[in-house]
Amino acid sequence: MSVQEVLPLNGLAAEQSGPFRADHLLVAEMVKPGSKVLDVGCGDGDLLQLLETRGIDGRGIELSREGVNRCVAKGLAVVQGDADTDLVNYPDDAFDYVILSQTLQATRQPKVVLENLLRIGRRAIVSFPNFGFWRMRLQLLVGGHMPRTENLPASWYDTANIHFCTIKDFVELCDEIHVKMERAEALDLYGRPLRLRLPWWVWNLFGEQGVFLLSRGQGK
Amino acid sequence: MVGVKSVPSPAISADDRSHEVDHPSSEVAQFGADQPLRLDCGIDLTPFQIAYKTYGELNADRSNAVLICHALTGDQHVANVHPVTGKSGWWDTLVGPGRPLDPSRYFIICSNVIGGCMGSTGPASINPATGKVWGLDFPVITIPDMVRAQAMLIDRLGIDTLFAVVGGSMGGMQVLQWTAAYPKRVYSALAIACSTRHSAQNIAFHELGRQAVMADPDWHNGAYADQGIHPHRGLAVARMAAHITYLSDAALHRKFGRRMQDRELPTFSFDADFQVESYLRYQGSSFVERFDANSYLYLTRAMDYFDIAGDHGGVLAKAFAGIETRFCVVSFTSDWLFPTSESRALVHALNASSARVSFAEIETDRGHDAFLLDVPEFFDISRAFLQSAGKARGLTGKTTNNQDH
Repeated sequence: MSVQEVLPLNGLAAEQSGPFRADHLLVAEMVKPGSKVLDVGCGDGDLLQLLETRGIDGRGIELSREGVNRCVAKGLAVVQGDADTDLVNYPDDAFDYVILSQTLQATRQPKVVLENLLRIGRRAIVSFPNFGFWRMRLQLLVGGHMPRTENLPASWYDTANIHFCTIKDFVELCDEIHVKMERAEALDLYGRPLRLRLPWWVWNLFGEQGVFLLSRGQGK
Repeated sequence: MVGVKSVPSPAISADDRSHEVDHPSSEVAQFGADQPLRLDCGIDLTPFQIAYKTYGELNADRSNAVLICHALTGDQHVANVHPVTGKSGWWDTLVGPGRPLDPSRYFIICSNVIGGCMGSTGPASINPATGKVWGLDFPVITIPDMVRAQAMLIDRLGIDTLFAVVGGSMGGMQVLQWTAAYPKRVYSALAIACSTRHSAQNIAFHELGRQAVMADPDWHNGAYADQGIHPHRGLAVARMAAHITYLSDAALHRKFGRRMQDRELPTFSFDADFQVESYLRYQGSSFVERFDANSYLYLTRAMDYFDIAGDHGGVLAKAFAGIETRFCVVSFTSDWLFPTSESRALVHALNASSARVSFAEIETDRGHDAFLLDVPEFFDISRAFLQSAGKARGLTGKTTNNQDH
């Protein structure tokens, strides 16, 4: 399967976004109301709060103690934990959706994490920065140094992001482990979905990040 | 000659303490022969009584009741002046106007555990069969026994479901036992600095304390009450050892270091030269003024026996299968008595049961005792957890948004 076969959905208008991040709104829109969701790497809990306003039963895991305590102080059901080591403690089919937002590239074993997401949840929503984005390519090609952007400002020696990939790489991984892509979106620098139905190489070049709704494919 | 000064004798008379044992100054619920307490050891305890305090008012639909479970040496006087010591309530940082547990919003109940010595039936109480103090004739009790007795009290108060059960340390063990034994009766559970089972190290410390009590010649095989004495030296040593486990190396260093007590130079004796020694002796001697030695033996034993997984075929998650209670688990970084790893094991089991759980580890150097101290981050988390549970429960009535910091 390639991204070309996946229909991009209508993006959300910028004026709808209010206090919430555009990529969070996109993720929230992918979740059916009334479902049970686990947000892995939930940060300060902004996405979980957005989901709660939509009647979704949200839980979170966060690595940093400060992040966890801020979430708990907001009344969210969040526990301190590590995507690489703690997902194994969750039973099969415990959630309708498991969300991994901007965290896949920071895990030690992205493939194992992805497999765990789709074991714990019937569906997974994964977003990650696209290393095939034109500005990344340009920095490496012309600048000759590891790319840094507004959203990824850390230098190579102190970044937590140890497993960068491109949208193309991610699609290939999904194919390899028989994961079905139900929806795919590429977002621009401002978190807005690229509206048009575009060939995958355009997404891989102009998408600053990719957002994928995944489910268990056949042959697994 | 080497100067020797042992722990001073108690300043409060034994009369003050023993009066509270049978005739507490708080409310008391009496349970007669028709309502025995079935103990894990197989004995039916009857008659028995539970001493308790309440704060605030029960609302019309009886949905705002909060049960606070006290720790090993705590009692029902959670937020009022203590009748024996005259000190303020042991958890008045958490309970009170503008606090996370505000009596204007919740009906707060705290009872002395069965086996205690502040008015609930225990080894210091009079055995009605003999007219003498129970002593070691009192049956060995467990954490589930304490909770069973609390459930009878809650029934007596006409409450079906508790909005929250809250406790730290041994109180946290009771919180977890409540959720395992009566999941439908607990809407939310705040379990602080505790564990689902007592560790080997903790059992070892308790055994040390018990041996100190039993080595005191005034203990008289537990029958000291008949002689009109109290093994205060042994109990003080037990308390001193236990008190060290409630603190941390960093906290002791910060508080005392190697500083001397009212002197410049060592006295070359076994007097309390160091401030830390003086502090510990004070902790020991003030404790024996308010606590019964046999009660200490029974309650430490109850904690030792606690093992929720053991009661559920060795699988902790089974204890919480299908539970709908909202959990908040809190641990402290410098707590080595109930370390974060114990809380994490609980959280993993709750996750495996798909329970709704929040878990926060709070950074502090104050050790296990941190749950009783002024730690703002802990109060923020408790307040937010209770407020969000209250919202989900549809708790109306007076809303207090007073921030006490």
